[in-house]
Amino acid sequence: MANRLTQAVTGMQEWFNERAPSFLPVYRKHMTEYYAPKNFNIWYIFGVLSMVVLVNQIVTGIFLTMFFKPSAAEAFASVEYIMRDVEWGWLIRYMHSTGASAFFLVVYIHMFRGVMYGSYKKPRELVWLLGMLIYLVLMAEAFMGYVLPWGQMSFWGAKVIISLFGAVPYIGGALTEWIMGDYLPSDATLNRFFALHVIALPLVLLLLVVLHIFALHEVGSNNPDGVEIKKGPKGNRWSDKAPADGIPFHPYFTVKDIFYTGCFLMICAFIIFFEPTVGGLFLEHDNFIEANRLVTPAHIKPTWYYTPFYAMLRVIPNKLAGVLTMFSAIIVLFFLPWLDRGKVKSWRYRGVGFRVALFVLGICFVWLGKIGSGPGTDPVETIIGRFLTAAYFGFFIYLWVYTAFGFEKTKPVPERVTGHD
Amino acid sequence: MTDTGMHKMQRLFSGFLLGLALTFAPAAMASSEGLPASNANLSDLGSLQNGAKIYFNYCSGCHSLSLMRYSRIAEDLRLSQEQVMQNLNFTPANFGDRIPPSINAADGKAWFGVAPPDLSLMARAKGVDYVYNYLKSFYLDSSRPIGWNNTAFPNAAMPNALWELQGVQTARFKPVEGGNPGEFEGFDLHQAGKLNPEEFDGVARDVANFLQYAAEPAAMQRKSIGIWVIVFLAVFTLIAYFLKQEYWKDVH
Repeated sequence: MANRLTQAVTGMQEWFNERAPSFLPVYRKHMTEYYAPKNFNIWYIFGVLSMVVLVNQIVTGIFLTMFFKPSAAEAFASVEYIMRDVEWGWLIRYMHSTGASAFFLVVYIHMFRGVMYGSYKKPRELVWLLGMLIYLVLMAEAFMGYVLPWGQMSFWGAKVIISLFGAVPYIGGALTEWIMGDYLPSDATLNRFFALHVIALPLVLLLLVVLHIFALHEVGSNNPDGVEIKKGPKGNRWSDKAPADGIPFHPYFTVKDIFYTGCFLMICAFIIFFEPTVGGLFLEHDNFIEANRLVTPAHIKPTWYYTPFYAMLRVIPNKLAGVLTMFSAIIVLFFLPWLDRGKVKSWRYRGVGFRVALFVLGICFVWLGKIGSGPGTDPVETIIGRFLTAAYFGFFIYLWVYTAFGFEKTKPVPERVTGHD
Repeated sequence: MTDTGMHKMQRLFSGFLLGLALTFAPAAMASSEGLPASNANLSDLGSLQNGAKIYFNYCSGCHSLSLMRYSRIAEDLRLSQEQVMQNLNFTPANFGDRIPPSINAADGKAWFGVAPPDLSLMARAKGVDYVYNYLKSFYLDSSRPIGWNNTAFPNAAMPNALWELQGVQTARFKPVEGGNPGEFEGFDLHQAGKLNPEEFDGVARDVANFLQYAAEPAAMQRKSIGIWVIVFLAVFTLIAYFLKQEYWKDVH
């Protein structure tokens, strides 16, 4: 019996390989013969977690589109129809709304890890650039998705964010009208945002994610020691040519990722089932009121994942300067691989000046996020916000000076990776 | 357990704590907004049923619950179709229909200056504690067109629909320079109602509780399902942990 079964499986494999001889090698290249450093720590799970969330967003999104009505007259009620009348609709919707915030949480941690361990440095600049593009598209995707329920914060958030484009000299006014298809966020805006949110941007996002992973697998993963395992000794249990410090991605990292994914899903499930609005952070109170262009909410703010940039916009008195600062704060990240001239990758072996600066950058980002989600009326907070904005940009200037002119005193980097979980 | 094993468990545990902190911190930050707590409890079926009774007798004359169906209320509050249709539905609407107001919006606007809002999501938009405090904060104010004012929502267009239960309150204000009417000090019961203040507190809590339910009927189910989802995930994760340990035994 077992013999028959083995025969059948081998037969099918042969049949398949004759017809698509390049499929199995692709699988091997990216799974069973992709040798990842064995010393990955917990910081290295957030890439996988962001893919888990991406899949969740796509699957739950498909079900939401079955019931959502992309029109200004019906959108709000159709979301509540999903919440009340559609079987398990509330669960699907909470999975999607929680997933949006979870996506940003894991992506921010993933990016921070990249800076900690110098994962953007040669030869991985392209991986970083593709990742930054993913982040940009993700911001647009989340913004448009937030407009769809057509609550007060959807409407007024859209109005504020789109009006930023009005700061562009000469064409600003025409540009905002072109984006909205009207003089205010309206039915036309909602319809086009739906199209972009559901089709255009997810396609781009998926393509970029595939390219991000392919680009990574060309050069191989970095690791917490910042040691290039491909340059180290060769030969492990699976292959003579593979790096000695590498282990096959499948099954070693797949089983590890399954475990961490379970931990992550427990946290997500806790939010989804017990605190889906997270006190107004994931789903804002004002968004339970239908959009009304005659009533401005007391306090318009974007969702938490944009608030660090929103704070920069608000603490700068000039609109155009504020908009430029806000966008520069994101654009500057693209240049990180060339601003950081240090040869040592991991912060474990980098100078104290780098570690302190990175810590300060993290504090600036979180604190700006807190300021951006507040009412923005406290003048002291505005001053603090300006300092934090300056410190945020200061990090990049400092990093360049620190590394380009030899101020950094690094520690010796080991030849091989050190230990593993 | 070996030393490295202990170390790993500690790291796992600290990771779990970090996750919990990330989860709870914002909730803790945003929950209290300085209002006295309503202590509304969705698992108190009696409170929800009483809230529904008060709501349909005193509120639904003007306010719709346009996202809610009578049949859903019957199902969730364990009431029969007859009970709902005879005691809660005073409109021509059918059992499966959404809950309409008894007055039309134009009349509402003519009588109160503003059409009474739909209350389906009020408790989610404003918070259940707000609803509770709003219901308790009506007072006589001859300067308002309708004769009533409210400290929770100053210059609200709504009269006290529950006055015959609560009685009639007046408000004391401490004069403040430039401030009209000044700083609120407290209410005086001008004329007693059918209920004493403690009983009326219960009524306000029950109505707030009912509106909290109406704002998110799924909240009745999600917590009880959520426990099992988390138990399942915990078992799954534990097995995944042993699987990982088994595979990683031979990684040195």
